[in-house]
Amino acid sequence: MKATLKTILAKAGPFIGLILVIAFFSLPAETREYFLTYNNFKIIFTQTVIVAIGALGMTMIIVSGGIDLSVGSTIALTSVVGALLIQHGWGPLSVLLAVVASGGLIGLLNGAAIAGLRMTPFIITLGTLGVARGTAKWMADNQTVNYDGSPINSWMTTADPFSHTLPAGVWVAIALAVLTSLLLRNTVFGRHIFALGSNEATARLCGIPTRRLKILIYVLAGCFFGLAGLFQLSRLRQGDPTVAVGLELDIIAAVIIGGASLNGGVGTILGSMIGALIMAVLRNGSQQMGWPTYFQEIIIGLVIIVAVFLDRLRQGRAAS
Amino acid sequence: MPAVRLRLAGIQKSFGATRALKSVSLEVAPGEVHALIGENGAGKSTLMKVLSGAHEADAGTMELAGQPYRPENPHDARLKGVAMIYQELNLALHLSAQENILLGAESARFGLVDRRASRARARTALEQLGHGGLDLDRKAGAFSIAEQQVIEIARAPLMQPQVLIMDEPTSSLTQADTEKLFATIGRLRAAGVSVIYISHFLEECRRVADRYTVLKDGETVGSGVMKDASLDHIVTLMTGREVKDLYPRTAHQPGAVVLEVKAAASTPRLKQATLQVRAGEIFGLAGLIGAGRTDLLRTIFGLDDLDAGAVCIVGAPAAASAPRDRWQQGVGFLSENRKEEGLMLNLSIADNLTLTKMGGFGRFGWVHGARQRAVAGRWVDDLRVKCRDAAQPIGQLSGGNQQKVALARLLEHPARIFLLDEPTRGIDVGSKAQIYQLVSELAASGKAVVVVSSYLPELLGLCDTIGVMCRGELAAVRPRAQWNEAEIMRTATGST
Repeated sequence: MKATLKTILAKAGPFIGLILVIAFFSLPAETREYFLTYNNFKIIFTQTVIVAIGALGMTMIIVSGGIDLSVGSTIALTSVVGALLIQHGWGPLSVLLAVVASGGLIGLLNGAAIAGLRMTPFIITLGTLGVARGTAKWMADNQTVNYDGSPINSWMTTADPFSHTLPAGVWVAIALAVLTSLLLRNTVFGRHIFALGSNEATARLCGIPTRRLKILIYVLAGCFFGLAGLFQLSRLRQGDPTVAVGLELDIIAAVIIGGASLNGGVGTILGSMIGALIMAVLRNGSQQMGWPTYFQEIIIGLVIIVAVFLDRLRQGRAAS
Repeated sequence: MPAVRLRLAGIQKSFGATRALKSVSLEVAPGEVHALIGENGAGKSTLMKVLSGAHEADAGTMELAGQPYRPENPHDARLKGVAMIYQELNLALHLSAQENILLGAESARFGLVDRRASRARARTALEQLGHGGLDLDRKAGAFSIAEQQVIEIARAPLMQPQVLIMDEPTSSLTQADTEKLFATIGRLRAAGVSVIYISHFLEECRRVADRYTVLKDGETVGSGVMKDASLDHIVTLMTGREVKDLYPRTAHQPGAVVLEVKAAASTPRLKQATLQVRAGEIFGLAGLIGAGRTDLLRTIFGLDDLDAGAVCIVGAPAAASAPRDRWQQGVGFLSENRKEEGLMLNLSIADNLTLTKMGGFGRFGWVHGARQRAVAGRWVDDLRVKCRDAAQPIGQLSGGNQQKVALARLLEHPARIFLLDEPTRGIDVGSKAQIYQLVSELAASGKAVVVVSSYLPELLGLCDTIGVMCRGELAAVRPRAQWNEAEIMRTATGST
């Protein structure tokens, strides 16, 4: 009985955190009126989409024992690519495919460098962070890329307060989360990712092609980052090479708050999604409380530390 | 000057339930080279860590120059005059040779390093070792392992110790460097330093030491004057233990050759190994730690690169030699290091057990979790693995149960050639007996098994054929009947 309670707590840890955060912002007089409304949650969900889709790819990478610091730059670059293609008259579907593919290409570069040159992911992706950001500015001629209009613009809209439907981006994120979760839990590819992150030496000993696997993980994650770039484009309705600076840290934080370990081998998609939601709720709530942005940054920083500390406590107890 | 400089009596030390040192006594005189001898795991390293302040003894007394000696940490031990040269190199690889030699003993004036004096002292230290030509400004990491060992050894006299402990100092030295080291030891002895010399190589001990002490299973079992003792006597002291009847003596009928290794070599350790293993045969590999036994298994399995010679799995193409290919050819490898390499501790028993054949639990890359757990559950029952269920993280199991699961991975795959590296290390007696039984049954059913073990009774009790490795070479391969413990130790220590 005690064991079950502990497992429930362990599994539901991030979820309890989310409920606490929501409860915290529902009580004060300043926000009580509006915070717990459907319309506000529509906004929160929509604001979560980009971090959530990024977190899907990042969860795979972190579970495999890697890290990717170039996500923010990748999102900026792919959104610029998308905007340029719309300028050239491409249709929404071709733009979607091209943007996702360009994200995958950056992932391929990262993965090939990490697996091929046997260098640490931290260094390689720190390098691509600069390379991708610079390329984005170069391609965009150091200014925003504007276009006349595209159906893509509607994929992230929450403008109509009377419309009860969630924007397409939210549904895409939910569907991809379910698929990625199945991929990680129930496929050979997914189990091999866990094996790689849990103990690379064992994975090698058991005949898993670790280099090829690493490249595949970064390519697939890159595709997710490309898609996040497309939704960034949809939200801004222009390609901005200076967007999403530091977003990689939000995404990594979401994955870590969701219970993944930076040492690899541990992590769930559900946890990462809740982690992404916690971040979005914190932002949204802080804004409604009228707290200045620097205060939000402090709060989110503290939440990350507390979440990981609680996780450590829990794991320490489970081990003893 | 007292007749005894260092005196240890009744030293005990336990780690949890393991009693590493049960009762050790040791006496070393000034100006004496004292050989400390014992098998792998006899407690030599633990004893030296107690002496050098890295561990604290649970019981017993230590005296240095007539005064009670209780070092709080290695630094304290050094201040009191006990210095140690470790087996594993302890150099700061990014600092220069000179900085390494003088680390902690820098010549300084008003807190500033006196470069000229430092240089002269480092140079002198190296010249005494016959290596005055080493570039003092080169980073330690840029030197060869043997040269690094020289740098490490050059440190010791600068500490001006009363007692100097050398743990396997020659393990990576060439013959010529070993001679220079012996000359240095001679100079230290003449200067009145007490040297405790730890080595597996009995011939070396005989040449350099005045007296010896033999440790076995954490106890002092004998000591005396080196030149009065025969090597046979010392080997008997090291190995003389009862063989418990843990080993099933099932009749095996070796069939066709399934694994053939021809003059295999792999840097840095494996120099030369030639052997044949037959179906239904248990082939034991004996030798000291670092003799290249593990390297040989890893080379066969494709985890280490084969630099020369050939490894042939009969019936498989020669080119396919990566671990992935080996599994497909029916070769399974059990790592000696469960935590670092063998298992994924935070993943489930089922994941650990089926990692090599994940694709077999469903179609199109889908893993049918229930089927996977059912398969793992069967092995858990068969091997009596104590656990909640097959979904439990393997890190929560005891060593013996972890090892059963690690072995079950090879059984489930299924392998026909089993490469087992120290299959019973650190596990309880019950699990050991079970693993012996299992290995014996495997051979009886026509599987080929190669076992590396440092525990000689185990090899003698279990194997049909035993090969002994010494310094990277497979020195001798004979049927079990032609070996005994003393003979294996003589071959392993190169004292035939």
